[in-house]
Amino acid sequence: MRSLLLSLQSEFYKSRKTLAFWAAIVLPLVICGLIAFGFLSNADKVIKMHYPPQVLWMTFSGGALGVMGMLILPFYVIFMAFSVNNIEHKNDTWKTLFAQPLNKFSIYAAKYLYAVILIFICLSLFALFTILSGYLLQALNSGFTFSGYSPVALLSKIYFKMFLSSLGILSLQFIISLIWSDFLKPMGIGFVGIIAGIIAATKGWEYAYVIPYSHPTLALSMSKSKNVDQLFSQEIYSGLIYAVILFIAGYFIVARKSIK
Amino acid sequence: MRDLIIETRGLNYYFGNQKVVDDLSLKVEKGSIYGFLGPNGAGKTTSIKILLNLLKSPADTVFLFGKEINSNRIASLKRLGALVEQPAIYAHLSGAENLYNRCMLLGISRTKAKEMLRLVGLEDAANKKAGKYSLGMKQRLGIALALLSDPELLLLDEPTNGLDPNGIIEIRNLMIELATKHQKTILVSSHLLAEIERIATHVGIINRGKLLFQGTIKELHDLSKPMIELELNDIAKGQEFLKSNGYQILDSTEKKIILPFISTEECGKLNTLLIQHDFTVYSIYQVRKDLEHLFLDITKNN
Repeated sequence: MRSLLLSLQSEFYKSRKTLAFWAAIVLPLVICGLIAFGFLSNADKVIKMHYPPQVLWMTFSGGALGVMGMLILPFYVIFMAFSVNNIEHKNDTWKTLFAQPLNKFSIYAAKYLYAVILIFICLSLFALFTILSGYLLQALNSGFTFSGYSPVALLSKIYFKMFLSSLGILSLQFIISLIWSDFLKPMGIGFVGIIAGIIAATKGWEYAYVIPYSHPTLALSMSKSKNVDQLFSQEIYSGLIYAVILFIAGYFIVARKSIK
Repeated sequence: MRDLIIETRGLNYYFGNQKVVDDLSLKVEKGSIYGFLGPNGAGKTTSIKILLNLLKSPADTVFLFGKEINSNRIASLKRLGALVEQPAIYAHLSGAENLYNRCMLLGISRTKAKEMLRLVGLEDAANKKAGKYSLGMKQRLGIALALLSDPELLLLDEPTNGLDPNGIIEIRNLMIELATKHQKTILVSSHLLAEIERIATHVGIINRGKLLFQGTIKELHDLSKPMIELELNDIAKGQEFLKSNGYQILDSTEKKIILPFISTEECGKLNTLLIQHDFTVYSIYQVRKDLEHLFLDITKNN
């Protein structure tokens, strides 16, 4: 346990100056900022629609959620899984890492856990900034009806579901990035995967849940079709199963990799 | 026998079907600088990786600090520091941050990092990105990382590789200081014999995975027999003359005659004899087959 914490702390220290880390913070800030700006500059039109508060919140947060689920989240996961592993590939530090007096499994687990934490931070900030910018809009323009409904519970739930739905992609991309040191393989495979995932999910393919890349889109479409109450739906279970299996497989890969 | 810090007992290691380490029995005594010599691809790095448990050795073949490595991995690694191949440095972090990161992993205080920067002379470059360091600076940072936990044993794989003469001298002096002042045991690998000859107390010579020689540097020197090199005005005549007087001639070139060395008195007698018979002796001196040749002989024969 001590090994795990030390390694996790070191992962943060190592990557705090990398794009993968900052993207987790900047991405939600920029996207929520842009959407809020769009709403503010079109305030008259939006107010004229006379949305009830809950619908207004849904329209507002849907802007971020839509692009998020389909594109930004999968791409961020791909890029981040690459970056977390590339830091060791690039500097040829795998063997040094495994020659430290630390438990081998904790070193690997810390890396994986760090990636999971980054996604969690990124999505939490998305939820937080969406809520904050909504109230900010209300303060700037009293014509909005944001104050009539509290979206905290609903948005937390949707974003938490998004988080769970991303674990399948993460685990797959993590392994790919672990095996290959170059950028093109994880990126290429990920790109094809995302396209296939979107098609499978939007065309309503019965077994779309077996493709990890379609999980965020599925999770999102479920939340739209009032299925939001069900947190652990089919694709979430599928994603978690992928995550567990690939996480264990990854350890065997990394344990052998370090020797070369 | 003194305490053995590293001991391998008939260690074999395979990459697939290829035997890369063959019946290796290293014995590294406490406080020694053990020069681990061999040509490129002899199995030096593989052996070092086995000592770091990066490659898994068969049970009961590798002992560090007297304990079997596989069952004492973490405890053994705590007491050693290593530099394997090129130093493993995070290029986007500064020299100091690289050390801080390692401090974190080892659970030691950051003041130790500053101490190490001073020791390897990187204080001024501490806040520069390590990716922008020169090769010599990277190597020194690598050594600082290895020394960070104040280990009893240092495993250095070709630490002077790619360094300029100044850098080589610095690292060499650092190693001698560590062994003499701080009582560290150092295993240093190299393919350059001249390098090892200057610092090592013990030598192991490996080729194609086999240990061909192991002993003190003196024992290695003793393998090479001393000789006399003689320069004369007339080599051909001189050779005839010496042969007729019962001297054994080992070799001769256009300028020199080479004879076995027996004693300094014997050299004097030889000189007198030649002068009395109207030879002009330009020079007469004792030589030892240098280790470079000895090394080549030892590795060639196998």
